[in-house]
Amino acid sequence: MSNILVCVKRVPDASGEVTLTPDGMGVDGRYSGYTTSNHEEAAVEIGVQVADATGGQVTVLSLGTEDSVEQLRSALAVGAKDGVLIEAEPDAYGPADIAEAIADVVRARAEAGTAYDLVLLGNDAADTGDFQVGIRLAYLLDRPVVTGIQTVTVDGDTAELRGDSGEGAEVYEVPLPAVVTVLEGGVNPRYPSVMGRMKAKKAPVETVSPKPPTVGSGRVALTVPPPPPTQVTILGEGPGAAAAVVETLKQLGVVPS
Amino acid sequence: MSLVIVEVEKGRAALVSRETLTFARGVEGAGELHALVLGDATDDVVADLAEQGVAVVHVAPSAPERYAAAAWATITEAALAASGDDLLLAAGTPRGNEVLAHVAARRGVPMAANVVSIASPSPLHVVRQVVGGAALEEMSLSGDLRVLTVAGHAVEPEAATAPGAATVTPIEATLGDRDLVAQVVRVEGKDGGDTSALTGAKVVVGAGRGAGGPDGFDEVIALADRLGGALGVSRVVTSLGWRPHHEQVGQTGSRISPDVYIPCGISGAIQHWAGCSSSRTIIAINTDPDAPMVTKATYAVIGDMHEVVPAILEALG
Repeated sequence: MSNILVCVKRVPDASGEVTLTPDGMGVDGRYSGYTTSNHEEAAVEIGVQVADATGGQVTVLSLGTEDSVEQLRSALAVGAKDGVLIEAEPDAYGPADIAEAIADVVRARAEAGTAYDLVLLGNDAADTGDFQVGIRLAYLLDRPVVTGIQTVTVDGDTAELRGDSGEGAEVYEVPLPAVVTVLEGGVNPRYPSVMGRMKAKKAPVETVSPKPPTVGSGRVALTVPPPPPTQVTILGEGPGAAAAVVETLKQLGVVPS
Repeated sequence: MSLVIVEVEKGRAALVSRETLTFARGVEGAGELHALVLGDATDDVVADLAEQGVAVVHVAPSAPERYAAAAWATITEAALAASGDDLLLAAGTPRGNEVLAHVAARRGVPMAANVVSIASPSPLHVVRQVVGGAALEEMSLSGDLRVLTVAGHAVEPEAATAPGAATVTPIEATLGDRDLVAQVVRVEGKDGGDTSALTGAKVVVGAGRGAGGPDGFDEVIALADRLGGALGVSRVVTSLGWRPHHEQVGQTGSRISPDVYIPCGISGAIQHWAGCSSSRTIIAINTDPDAPMVTKATYAVIGDMHEVVPAILEALG
C-alpha cells in the first residue's frame, strides 16, 4: 500500500497576456484566471494511478491563500482523498521555505499515522520556475529524489521511474520512501466525473499555518518585457506564395540556390 | 573564482555550456574560471574550454558511469572545495538545474534558475526568466556560495580574448550510498521519445491545431524531411493525442533554437512561444493574419497549411 502526497500550486493562467499586480511584485491573475500547471496535473494523475494499483490513498497539498482550495478541489475531484492547505501568502515564501513547510506537514502526518511513501511535485512551478523545491524537500526528509519523471510504477518497496533524457527513456529504480518531480507527457490526466466533483465538495481539507519564511524568494522586481515590434514580411496568400517561400529558404541557405 | 558545470554533446562542450562559460566571464568579480566536465573530457572538450578562457578543467575519474545527480553534486562540492570558488554556474538544462539544486540544498543557499543577465554585481542581483519566459524577475542572490543556472541563448558563445590554460585536474570524491541511491539503471530505446533530433535541428517544421487531426501531418513531415529538419508540434496536438509528447515544442515541451522555424497552423500562445522564441528566422503559415505567431514571425504566408505546404513541396521539386 502506497500513500502519496501530491503538491500543487495555484498559478495565474499565462496562456494569454501576462499582467502584473499594481505593486509590480506579482503576476495578476484576476482577469486571466488561475490554474494548476500541466506538470502538476500529471503528478496528480500518477499519484491516483499508483494509489489505485497499491490500495493506497492520495493527499493533495498546496501552499497558498485560501483561494488555493479551488486547486485542491480539482485534484480531489479526480481521485485524491483529502487535502492540506498550508495557508500563506505564496510570494513571501522562497523555494527553501516552501520545502520546509511541506516537510513539516509530512512529519506531522507521519506522527499522526499517515506515512507518505511517495511525495510528488511538478518539475518546476509554472510561475516562479525555481526547479528546486522537490530536491530541497528530499534533503529535509533524507529521502532519494529524482526529477523530470513521466511515469511511476510501484512494486513493493521500490518505485520504477521513467523520464526522457533526449536520447531515450532513462529508468531509475529507487527505494521508497522517495521524492519525485513530474514532467507532463507520460500520462493523460483524467477529467473529473460528476460523482468526482460531488465527492470533492465533501472531501476533508485540513488548513495548517506554516512557520514564517526565513529565506524568502529574493524577488526584487518583476517586469514584462514589451513584445518586439512587428517586423513581419508577408510573403503572400495561399498556395501562390510557395515560390516566395522557396526563394526565402534559398536566401537563408536552407535549400541550395 | 567561479566554477561552471560543463555538459558534453557529441564529443564537444555543449553549446549551452559554452554560452554559460561566456556568461560567467561577463560577471564582474567572477575571477578565475574553472570548469567541471559532466561527461568525457576528451581533447576536443578541453580545447573548447581553453577557447572559453577556462584555467582549470576538473575531471572526475570516480564519477559513476550511469548518471546520478547526487553523485555529481558531491563531485561538484569537492571541486568547489579544491578551488575555493564562490560562484557556481551551469546551463539551465535538466541536468544543470538538478545538480545545482542538490548543491544549493546541501549548502543551504538560494539558487537562481534560468538567469539571463546580471542587474548588479555587488550585492549580486540577477535577472531571470519566470512564467515560462513571459516575465523577468530581478532577484537578489546572497550567501557565501552564489548558485545560478543560465537560460539558453542568454548570450552568444564567444571565445575569450586570451585562451585559458585549461589544466586538466582530477577531482577525487568519495561517493557514498546516498549519492548512488537514485541512479539511472538503464536507458531504453529511442522509440520511447527522442527529443535530441528536435532540439538539435537546424530546420524545424511545426504543426498545431491547424493540422486538423492525427492524419493531418503527412505534408509537414514531408516538408521537414525535404529540408533535412525535424517535426515539432504545439501542446494542443500532443494533449489531443494526435502526435507523441516528445515532439512538443513549448514551455512544457522542448525548447528549440533552429536557424529556420516554419510553424504551420500554430497560433503562437505563450506556452508555444516559450519553446520557439530562440529561432533565428520564423516563417509562419497561418490562416489568421492577426495570430501572435504571424505578428512575431520574420516572414509569413496567410493561408491554409494544407494548401500552402503541398505547394511549397511542389515548388521545391
